Amino acid sequence: MSVNYELRCRECSKTWGNVPRSFCEDCFSPLEVAYDYDALKTIASRENLAGRDFNMWRYSELLPLPEDFTGPNAVGGTPLVASRKLASRWGLKNLYFKNDAVCFPSLSFKDRVVATALSAARRFNFTTVGCSSTGNLANAVAAQAAQQGFDACVFIPGDLEPAKVLNTAVYGARIVRINGNYDHVNRLCAQIADRFQWGLVNVNLRPYYSEGSKTHGYEIAEQLGWRLPDNVVVPMAGGSLITKIAKAFRELVTLGWVEPKPVKFFGAQATGCSPISDAVKRNLARFEPQKPNTIARSLAIGNPADGPFAVKQILESGGWAEDVSDPEIVAAIKLLAETEGIFTETAGGVTTGVTQKLIAQNRLKPDETTVVCITGNGLKTTDAIAAEFPASEAIAPRLDAFEAYLDAHLGTAAASAKA
Amino acid sequence: MAVTIEIPTAFRRFTDGAPKVDCSAATIAEALNVLTSRFPDLGRHVRDDQGQIRQFLNVYLNEEDIRFLGGESCTLKEGDRVLLVPSIAGGC
Repeated sequence: MSVNYELRCRECSKTWGNVPRSFCEDCFSPLEVAYDYDALKTIASRENLAGRDFNMWRYSELLPLPEDFTGPNAVGGTPLVASRKLASRWGLKNLYFKNDAVCFPSLSFKDRVVATALSAARRFNFTTVGCSSTGNLANAVAAQAAQQGFDACVFIPGDLEPAKVLNTAVYGARIVRINGNYDHVNRLCAQIADRFQWGLVNVNLRPYYSEGSKTHGYEIAEQLGWRLPDNVVVPMAGGSLITKIAKAFRELVTLGWVEPKPVKFFGAQATGCSPISDAVKRNLARFEPQKPNTIARSLAIGNPADGPFAVKQILESGGWAEDVSDPEIVAAIKLLAETEGIFTETAGGVTTGVTQKLIAQNRLKPDETTVVCITGNGLKTTDAIAAEFPASEAIAPRLDAFEAYLDAHLGTAAASAKA
Repeated sequence: MAVTIEIPTAFRRFTDGAPKVDCSAATIAEALNVLTSRFPDLGRHVRDDQGQIRQFLNVYLNEEDIRFLGGESCTLKEGDRVLLVPSIAGGC
């Protein structure tokens, strides 16, 4: 084998080589990429990173990329923001926001997974790529397909936010809207992947796709000075990201890049679509699927394929899962923007709101290092908070009009501050 | 009731290549039992050691996941379509 990885079933451990397939044909369980870590230790080292740009390709040896692959675009490399105001308000000494709201090129962490998926699409000679998407993934597929010369065809729920649809259409991708929710779209895409020779990034390319999420975790560790945090708070839709951040941390320990350390994983969902947090809180052996009803549409997956793995990861790490209502999501979006200057989409509102809840439950301790994962940009879901900010009345372009405005809105204190 | 079970490609090596299997059954459970007794090698791929439908295999009755219909005891009517689909997901 010239590469150090292949697909392996997560349940029965059967190996399948490297093929465009997401599930084990023996037991129907998901496949994931398994690495030969002994071989990786001989070629990958922290020292190798020194001359490389700060984006996800600096960790290329730890990703399932074809031989001689060169990253075609600077995906990832997003800021780890040390919180001041929220940390102080919440009484935490070491609080960070990993800000993939500014991930290149399409402003969500989905750029990372699409980057590894398209490397696999090229390797398997697909000329058309696509996805089932709640919006962010479609944006990322459309943008990177345009850049790399793939035809793109994406499938989305019919009621998606207009901004997310526009952010896909602009790249020239074909958009197929489906009458139904994401789970309906997903089921259709499973059947399409079965019928057509297309590279659907989160269907038949899913094992390669989801490995891209690990780079979110590698960056957190590197930005903390090659240390693992005590706690990570992660949004959950299909449940993949939280397990891949855990995989990233385990790999860094295996490779000796960080000291071993127990990390607690906390999952965040919207109450209107919370099959994973529900399973954690009720200690269910199997999660119960739900019909999504929430403004956090990027997390609105009622039948999460990686749900069982997410539940296991959370409980085995000593973490927890929580969920927040739509009004709490809106309040948390505003809170994060007003305190940290980060404008996140509804999913980030979920993660921030859940973090606040976990602190109130005393699950995140003041002296611990906590990283909150922000995965998407607020400009994509402005509809969700527009009602909070009614347009103000315009005033005449005269100084006296402005003084009257100040008196009316800020009262005498502001008026007395006049020079 | 005469119903049709749609077989995903991955399972067709157990159904002599048939993409659809017609059978007569009153419930989903019965339809799956007819299917797996007709194609015994398929049995362990559909149900786990405890006899439950495998965790990562989703079963749909027409457009709906059977878990919203009361599970495999839900009843079938003439002409219903039963779909077997592997579990996959996008999102975070």
